[in-house]
Amino acid sequence: MKRMKSYSLVLGASFVSVLFVVMLISLVYTPHPPNEMNIRERLQAPSVRHWLGTDNFGRDILSRVMVGSQTAFEVGAVSVAIGLLGGFLVGTLAGYMGKWVDELLMRATDALLAFPGILLALLLVSISKPSLFQTMLAIGILSIPSFARVIRSGVLQHKEADYVKAARGLGAGHANLIFVQIAPNIASSVVTTAALSFSTAVLIEAALSYLGLGVQPPDPSWGRMLNEAQSYLAKAPWFTLAPGLLITLTVLGFNLLGDGIRDLRDKKS
Amino acid sequence: MNYYARRLLTLLLTVLFVLLLTFAAFRIIPGNPALVILGTEATDAQIALLEEKLGTDRPLAEQFADWLVAAFRLDFGESLRFSEPVTHLIAGRLPVTVSLAVMSLVLTIAVGIPLGIIASRARGKAADMLVTIGTQLGLAVPSFWMGIMLILAFGLTLKWFAVSTFTPWSENPLLAVKSLVLPSAALAVPQIAIVVRYLRTSMLEQLGLDYVRTARSKGLRESAVLYKHVLKNALLPVITIIGINFGELLAGSLVIEQVFTLPGIGSLLITAIGNRDYPLVQGLVVLIAFTVIAINFVVDLSYRWLDPKIRLQ
Repeated sequence: MKRMKSYSLVLGASFVSVLFVVMLISLVYTPHPPNEMNIRERLQAPSVRHWLGTDNFGRDILSRVMVGSQTAFEVGAVSVAIGLLGGFLVGTLAGYMGKWVDELLMRATDALLAFPGILLALLLVSISKPSLFQTMLAIGILSIPSFARVIRSGVLQHKEADYVKAARGLGAGHANLIFVQIAPNIASSVVTTAALSFSTAVLIEAALSYLGLGVQPPDPSWGRMLNEAQSYLAKAPWFTLAPGLLITLTVLGFNLLGDGIRDLRDKKS
Repeated sequence: MNYYARRLLTLLLTVLFVLLLTFAAFRIIPGNPALVILGTEATDAQIALLEEKLGTDRPLAEQFADWLVAAFRLDFGESLRFSEPVTHLIAGRLPVTVSLAVMSLVLTIAVGIPLGIIASRARGKAADMLVTIGTQLGLAVPSFWMGIMLILAFGLTLKWFAVSTFTPWSENPLLAVKSLVLPSAALAVPQIAIVVRYLRTSMLEQLGLDYVRTARSKGLRESAVLYKHVLKNALLPVITIIGINFGELLAGSLVIEQVFTLPGIGSLLITAIGNRDYPLVQGLVVLIAFTVIAINFVVDLSYRWLDPKIRLQ
């Protein structure tokens, strides 16, 4: 059992690193310009010139999925940051203050959790014009509750611990107690939540963009590529493979990473 | 406070919060909602008319009070696009979505539980690894892409299923089931992965308990130990998980309907968002959220009722 657990950490970390490197490379190099259209080369099967074939405008699919990873990482990172910040505020306030503040904030998080993720995202994106920013904001908001819960329970658990009491006795202020004393002890569970939220963010962004309500052109997105690919499924079945596989691998990588970190922590305690 | 009273209070608060959120979402739109819907070329008279219809010309508190009363009576006004009561429109689309969700629930149970039992019989490093990789993959594949791949494999290549045509139940029940097979399979994949994972863990946990040793030492056949004792106890947490995930299934069907062009509430919601048909969007979101909340509530209570250990506490 023990070997397998470190195995998911290693596997997850390697998937994520490979994807990250691909994303970095795409910033400076793609085999073809990702937006270059070539009507004579439209819907070509994979070849030496176009490793993953071309799309309905004759654009190189490999170059486009490479650039698409930038969007996936951007959406993941920004929405996790929003979720973490919001969750930190709500979680520490609830855990630290207790009483009615805690009750109120936790009921609000329960209510947010009662919305299935995609439904809340759809509600939020229906308010204004779809865009990259709006997608990240919507996904960020819906990841606040899980961070808030983890951080609140961590704060509750450590608030009354002897070492925190001792620090308070020595005259430590609230900021010191939260950031210096408590935060390091809940870091690993927060990192796990961050990894799992990242994969949820990638999945929801892909779904929203597939529906045409997420990232808009010219920003590249795997989800939107899948939408385009579906219209040419019979003619160009390879078109759907690369973006779909990349979403799957990204989600898989971050899920394994999150699980691996949690198992590591469980083993230590 | 009594557990049930507390749970009921939470339920009410959650419902209130959902209503507040859906109300607020369309009142924080920058600018006048009527103007956003009609566009900048609308005349003042048109805007005034729509404002009256939406009720946005009245004070906020009054609007919210009206919204609460209307929502509890499931009256969400009239759709701006279809000029029909929102409740009507939703009711017309509901059968497709409900049958899709129920069919994938049936698939989840029919495939997930046997697979979970098989997975729990296989122990050791290699089996652990195989189950982990399989279930993780099932969870990672976006179900809408799974749907596209199923269309590619069974619709276009093998031609077992007609693609993108839905036959209503009233016309031909057999064809209706057939047109829901691929979409419900796509929806069920991540749910099956969850069931396999939970059932396996839960069965392995039960197998380590004393009563299993007792049952074996009194000479019970291994199959009787497994199916009469272990499985019965191991299924409880799995049932809860399936229940809780029914909400996810419902939400997943919103996207899957679009992949298979099924005329359910998912495609209605996407159209409504595209048309800026705010009353319809509000009605749909509230209704779906209420359903999910109600299901979770029932699952929570039945779990306590099913497990005497929790019931007596």
